[in-house]
Amino acid sequence: MSSRLELTGISKTFQKGTLNEKVALDNITFTANPGDFVTVLGSNGAGKSTLFNAVLGIFLTDKGRILLDGEDITFKKQHKRAGGIGCLFQNPLRGTAPNMTIEENLALAYHRHSSYSFFAVNRRDADYFKEVLSTLGMGLENRLKTKMGVLSGGQRQAASLLMATVARPKLLLLDEHTASLDPATAEKVLAITKQIVEREKITTLMITHDMSYALNAGNRTIAMDGGRIVFDISGERREAMTPDDLIKAFRENSVNSLDDRTVLTKKPL
Amino acid sequence: MTLLSMLVSACMQGMIYAPMALGVYIAFGILNTPDLTIDGSLVFGMTVCAYVTIAGHPVLALFAGMAAGAAAGLVTGLLQTKLKINAILSGILTMTGLYTINYMVLGGQSNRYLQSGTTASNTVFKMFSRTVNDIFGENAVGDINLLPLILSATVTAAAIAILAVFFKTRLGLQIRATGDNEDMVRSSSINADFTRILGIMTANALVALSGALLCQQQKYADLNCGMGMLVVGLASVIIGQVLFGKRGITVGLISAVAGSLFYRIVLQVAYKIDMPSFTVKLLSAIIVVAALSMPVIKNKVTELNGRRARASSGNEGSGGNEQ
Ligand SMILES: Nc1ncnc2c1ncn2[C@@H]1O[C@H](COP(=O)(O)OP(=O)(O)OP(=O)(O)O)[C@@H](O)[C@H]1O
Ligand SMILES: [Mg+2]
Repeated sequence: MSSRLELTGISKTFQKGTLNEKVALDNITFTANPGDFVTVLGSNGAGKSTLFNAVLGIFLTDKGRILLDGEDITFKKQHKRAGGIGCLFQNPLRGTAPNMTIEENLALAYHRHSSYSFFAVNRRDADYFKEVLSTLGMGLENRLKTKMGVLSGGQRQAASLLMATVARPKLLLLDEHTASLDPATAEKVLAITKQIVEREKITTLMITHDMSYALNAGNRTIAMDGGRIVFDISGERREAMTPDDLIKAFRENSVNSLDDRTVLTKKPL
Repeated sequence: MTLLSMLVSACMQGMIYAPMALGVYIAFGILNTPDLTIDGSLVFGMTVCAYVTIAGHPVLALFAGMAAGAAAGLVTGLLQTKLKINAILSGILTMTGLYTINYMVLGGQSNRYLQSGTTASNTVFKMFSRTVNDIFGENAVGDINLLPLILSATVTAAAIAILAVFFKTRLGLQIRATGDNEDMVRSSSINADFTRILGIMTANALVALSGALLCQQQKYADLNCGMGMLVVGLASVIIGQVLFGKRGITVGLISAVAGSLFYRIVLQVAYKIDMPSFTVKLLSAIIVVAALSMPVIKNKVTELNGRRARASSGNEGSGGNEQ
């Protein structure tokens, strides 16, 4: 079940009318087609996370419309949107409840689809959780009763990814979700991400600072700068690109690129 | 008083205050929220219970007391979530406001005996002993009256059972998650404001149940009964944790009750060695401080031991180098 995300003329200014006024989103119009896996680039402060937060409903936008699957969610409350949107952040601690078991965490995420039962945790769902956990290849399927808090950062992030996708959301938002992991674990979590997104065909947006990730994952890449989308590439043009081409394209299109080179090439290619 | 009757009396007190310990455990342990409504909601449970008891409905009075506590929790919860007032301040505000409400419920006085006219009001404790007498005969109750203990223990056991089940249902799980990682819950489809408010209401309903039981057991309601109750509840929860360790929810609930019993036994001993009753509050505070500082002290001790061990082995090592 994949869905279309349509943003039309989205703007957001923080602390309007003060000295600290900051235009974080500047008239953004963007459509993610059903099944699109879009990687999102941009220097620090470009407005990437702000864009995600606008879609998630953490704040209301100043202007514009947000449509998910044709439904106008511009003014919907955060928790009412969340049923259709899975999200994952940089901090692995953010996505899971540490003092609850893996099984309870998944049951929470799955609560709208779970089998009918009096208790939140039940045998049939547990079997399903085991099945999806085994796809992670981390042995978590045998640790359903383990508290989430004792897992490593990578394991917790992988588990968070499952929690974000187990309820089959219409849209998946990944905000640098591999950034705080060591390179090997990051690779692994990214591989799992690709696998899940492909299998479930979830429309996905993934913020990354890593040029090779931006090209290797997904079918489309956009870059943001100063609250705007400065380029949007897909298809053959993208296929032919190397990470260096991507940096070049980014520099040509943005004002803030130069001082951000370190971030953009954080990982030697 | 014989030793046994002292023990029974301490346990009965422990059981009467046990629902309060459960409430404190839910607020502080599960919801991770410092809720200072507790001193006020205990008295609210007490005054409302007194009102309904005097009107002649002792059983209904307990539920009315709980409903009162839940209402107090609702106010605190709304202050916290909808008006975004700091959790501690929200509780203090509700508690302060409740003083006036409680005064009014008692009919404009600061304490009230459970009697209408000159006849003493019926209470659940009286009803229970009458029922037992009817079934087992007048002499069923021996020298030591176990009935109040049995009754309050039954109420507490029922509360534990219901809560243990509740916290395993979907809604219960959502409340636990709200306490465990509110950020996560806020970005999920769970309405975190709702689960938070519901958790605080449950906690205060339990605290008020203690107030209601206490009211019927001591046969009067007093506005000053609430003072320091939060500390007593915390002491119970912490003692329970020291006794049983930090484990699952069900164990946590049981250990809060065990902590409440233990606390009352300690107090009884303190009375026995002739400590005047006004020292109770200081004693409670000291127990809480002692229990809370336990981890720090334990750390210090292991650190010290480690340093000592290393110091001695280090000396041997350097001695070896010199040779
Ligand atoms: N709640 C807020 N209040 C005020 N300013 C904000 C707020 N959130 C974001 N901003 C500002 O909006 C701009 C965009 O921030 P955003 O977090 O979206 O950047 P980003 O592209 O995600 O950067 P990074 O790569 O560092 O994560 C920044 O200048 C930031 O300071
Ligand atoms: Mg960001």
